[in-house]
Amino acid sequence: MAHKLPGRIERPGALRFTTYVALAAFMIWAFQGAGWSVSALVSGGPAMADFLARAWPPSFERMPQLSGALLETFQMALAGTFIGIVVSLPLAILAARGLIGTSMPSRAIYTGARLLIAFFRTVPDLVWALVFVITVGLGPFAGTLAIAVDTIGFCGRFFAEAMEDAEKGPQEALTAAGARKIDTVFCAVVPAAMPTFITTSLFALEKATRSSVVLGLVGAGGIGIELKVAMDFFDYQLAMTIILMIFILVLLVERIGSISRTRLLEGTSR
Amino acid sequence: MMAQALFKSAGAKAPAVNPVPVPASTSVDLNVSGLHKSFGKGQAVLCGVTFAVHHREAVAMIGSNGAGKSTALRCALRLIEPEAGTVSLFEENISCAGQKQLRAVRAEVGFVFQKHNLVPRLSALTNVVHGNLGRSGGIRGWSHSFTSYELRARAMACLERVGLADQAMKRADQLSGGQSQRVAIARALMQRPRMIVADEPVASLDPVAGREVMDLFHQLTREEGITLLFTSHNVQQALDYADRILAIKQGEIVLNAPSSTLHSGDLNKHYG
Repeated sequence: MAHKLPGRIERPGALRFTTYVALAAFMIWAFQGAGWSVSALVSGGPAMADFLARAWPPSFERMPQLSGALLETFQMALAGTFIGIVVSLPLAILAARGLIGTSMPSRAIYTGARLLIAFFRTVPDLVWALVFVITVGLGPFAGTLAIAVDTIGFCGRFFAEAMEDAEKGPQEALTAAGARKIDTVFCAVVPAAMPTFITTSLFALEKATRSSVVLGLVGAGGIGIELKVAMDFFDYQLAMTIILMIFILVLLVERIGSISRTRLLEGTSR
Repeated sequence: MMAQALFKSAGAKAPAVNPVPVPASTSVDLNVSGLHKSFGKGQAVLCGVTFAVHHREAVAMIGSNGAGKSTALRCALRLIEPEAGTVSLFEENISCAGQKQLRAVRAEVGFVFQKHNLVPRLSALTNVVHGNLGRSGGIRGWSHSFTSYELRARAMACLERVGLADQAMKRADQLSGGQSQRVAIARALMQRPRMIVADEPVASLDPVAGREVMDLFHQLTREEGITLLFTSHNVQQALDYADRILAIKQGEIVLNAPSSTLHSGDLNKHYG
C-alpha cells in the first residue's frame, strides 16, 4: 500500500503552539517597551529631509584636521585589535573545554578563563572607554585599551569554540605518538582552528573600526569627538563630511578584510 | 645523506602475497591481558581480551563492525582507558604508568589510523616532523621550518621511504587518500618505531592504493624488523600479510592461529 503523502506544513502540537504564542507576545512586549511608534516615524520624515538638505553639500574646509582624526581612529582600531588578538589566543586555549585536561585545577582554570572572557564581552566597549578615560586619561590610548578588551571578549569566545570544534583525529594521532598536551594543541588544534582565527580576527578589526568612531564621543580619541562637536554646533555640513569619511573608512576596511580572508584561507602550506 | 641511507627507496619491493612466515621471536612486544571496556550504560565492547604480539611478528586482527577491534588497539596504548586488564609494551607494564612513562612508550609505537589523521592545513613534511614530538617536543618540533637540519633530513628520508619525497611541501588536505595514508606511515616511521599498530589502514582506500600500503607494511616488517599489528575486514589481506591472525567477536578473542594454518572459510565464519 502506498504511504500517505506528508503535509507541507506540520501541524504543531499544543506545547509548540503555546511556545509560538508566547514568542509573539514577547516580541509585542519588546516593541512596546522600545517606544515603537509609526506616527513618530512618519512625522520624522520631514525632519530627516530637512537635516539632509542642510547637510548637503558636505564641507571640506577642515579636511586636513579631519583626516588626521580619522587616521587616529584607524590606528586605535588596528592597535587595539592586535593587542586583543595576541591576548585572546592563550586565554582561549585555557577557555576551550577539555583542551588543557580534565583535572580539578584544569577545570578551575577553564572556568576562570571562561568567566573573564564573558565579562570582557558582556560589558559594552563604550563602558570600557569610560573606565579607561578615568584611569589613563582622555585620548586615543584609552580608546585603544577599550578596543583591546572588547576584542579579547569577542575573539576569546570564538577562538575557544573553534578549538573545541577542531577535528579530534589529528590530536589523537599526535597523542598516540607520545606528544605532550601543549605540542598537540599547537600542532593539531591551532592549525585546525586557523581559518576561524583569521576570519574572526578580520571581523574583529572591522568591528573595532566602527567602535573606535563611537568611542571618541566619550573622549577616548579619534574622529568621534569631531562628529559630536559638529552636531552640537548644528554644523551639519561638517557632520556629513565626517559621516562620509567614516563610511569610506569602514567600507575600505571591510573590503580589504574580505580580500585578505580569501587570500589567507587559500594560503600555502607550512 | 646519512638519513637517506637509513631508508631504502619505495617501490623497490615487489608486492607481497603469501609471505614466508618469520619465526616468532621469544620476546613479546605487546602483551594484553584481560582487557575490559564498556561504553554508555554498561554496553560491553571488550570482555577480557587477551593476546600477545611477538617481536618482528605481523599480526592481523579481524572481526565485524563493532566487534571491538579499534577499541582493543586504543586500549593497548591507553588512548582509551580500559576498565580492567593489563597491558605490557616492550616488557614494560603501562597499565598504571604515569603520563611521562606513557609518552615514552607511545613514542616507540607508530599508530596508523584508518582516516590518516593528518593535520590538513600543514605540509606533508611538517606532518612527518610531528612524528618526532614524542621524543623531542617544544616549539622546534611544531613545524619543519623551526626544526633542526637532522630532523628535516630524517623526515624527508621517511617521505622518500614511502615514495612521496616530491610531495613534501604539498598540503595534507591536497593529497589523495593513498598518499595521505603513506604520509601517515612516514609520520609513524619518523618515530623510529619498534612496532606499528594500524587500525584498518586501507579501509578508506581503493584496492590498488590499499595493496600498495599493505606492501609497504610488509617491507617494513620484513626488512626493518618492525613488529606489526593491524586490523582489517579483508580476510584475504589478513591471510596474505599476517603471520598470525586474531579474530574478535563481541569483545572476545575467538581465534588465535598462524595464518599458514588457516583458509578464508575459517575466517569468514567470524563475520556476522
